[in-house]
Amino acid sequence: MNTISRGFRGRRPSEVKLPPGQYLEHGFPVLQAGPTPSVNTARWTFTLTTETGDTRRWDWKQFTALPSEDITVDIHCVTQWSKLATNWRGVSLDTLLDGVTTDAGYAMARSYGGYTTNLPLPDLRDGQAWVAYEYDRKPLRAEHGGPARLLVPHLYFWKSAKWVTGIDLMLKDARGFWEQLGYHDYGDPWREQRYQGD
Amino acid sequence: MARAAVPGRLNWHVATIKATSDETESARTLTLDFPGWPGHQPGQHVDARLTAEDGYSTQRSYSIASAPEEDRLELTIQRLADGEVSPYLAGIAEPGDQFDLRGPIGGWFTWSPESDHPLLLLAGGSGIVPLMSMIRAHGAAKSQVPVGLIYSARSPADIIYAHELNERTVSSPLNLTLLYTRSAHRGVPPGRINAAVIATSAFPPDTAPAIYVCGPSGFVEAATSLLVDAGHRPASIKTERFGPTGT
Repeated sequence: MNTISRGFRGRRPSEVKLPPGQYLEHGFPVLQAGPTPSVNTARWTFTLTTETGDTRRWDWKQFTALPSEDITVDIHCVTQWSKLATNWRGVSLDTLLDGVTTDAGYAMARSYGGYTTNLPLPDLRDGQAWVAYEYDRKPLRAEHGGPARLLVPHLYFWKSAKWVTGIDLMLKDARGFWEQLGYHDYGDPWREQRYQGD
Repeated sequence: MARAAVPGRLNWHVATIKATSDETESARTLTLDFPGWPGHQPGQHVDARLTAEDGYSTQRSYSIASAPEEDRLELTIQRLADGEVSPYLAGIAEPGDQFDLRGPIGGWFTWSPESDHPLLLLAGGSGIVPLMSMIRAHGAAKSQVPVGLIYSARSPADIIYAHELNERTVSSPLNLTLLYTRSAHRGVPPGRINAAVIATSAFPPDTAPAIYVCGPSGFVEAATSLLVDAGHRPASIKTERFGPTGT
């Protein structure tokens, strides 16, 4: 039951339906826990590791030579802003996972700087997730996670790990950085899963 | 790693405005009655949910300004010209008005009075708010670690908590450095944070300060780069940002 605030009108900004509690943002806010790491593409690698320890690794040149997609999606941050029709270019996780043999049900994304976030593996498949390296047709800037970040737009945006350098496939779920600090394990904005217990 | 800050389900509770106090022309502090509020870790925030008479509802996050206390807390809210919620909370709302609130939230950008590292705080604009909770908690706990604040605002009139900060330079004692980006003050030309300010006003890296930086993204980006360039370990720097970067 909501409390009605006397004199609060609010704004009904658009016809667009946003997830509960979200508002429309036109800029692109930045959320991160510490300094922006400087990641040189000359030393950048992306490593996919299965639960048995098998790895696939790409350097920058190999990675950007993979088939890439143009992606236009709405994004929703747990700090209540939503941004519509953001444009990215990146490699689908379907491409990265193609031919990988695994019984894993979960994945942990790992980033330069030590950030981690956990996701169910099915949420990375079927055209739902990418490793993106362009935003608005330009190289992704470091403050937005460049040179490359995970992009999983159907979940709150902290799941779209910036400065991503690898994904570990896991048989059992484990909590990443914000998840250990009380944020939700899954983070569906439409079900308003901001914090543990939501 | 910090402990989980949100142990169970975070339920919404009704907060009642007990008092309001204007800090600057555009920033107002709300003192809230919140029966059952458990206290917080300095640096944490709350989610506020505002609901209009027709049922329309929206949420925003606000940092806690007060030192931890039970059953009451203070928020300082900067009124944004094009804001949806802040013009209400920092303008229209009066003592007795109510809204829904849940928290405390965030277990990373927090300081514990038990820390034995010098406490180094860098604020841009209303980024001072969660840092003020740390300064107040440092004072309330009679912490013996040195505390320093580098605070960048547009002009002297935009300094939130100006009187209290000045008093704390005597009582805490707080090592206070004020920067003005738009207007000169007492012969000091306007300027943004730079390497010279870090060199003269920040505790040096060999004292291993715990560093907290809060403000608009551009300020945080500049300040953290300068700190890392000056030799501070990235892992010793915690950040909290607000506002869009434009691109």
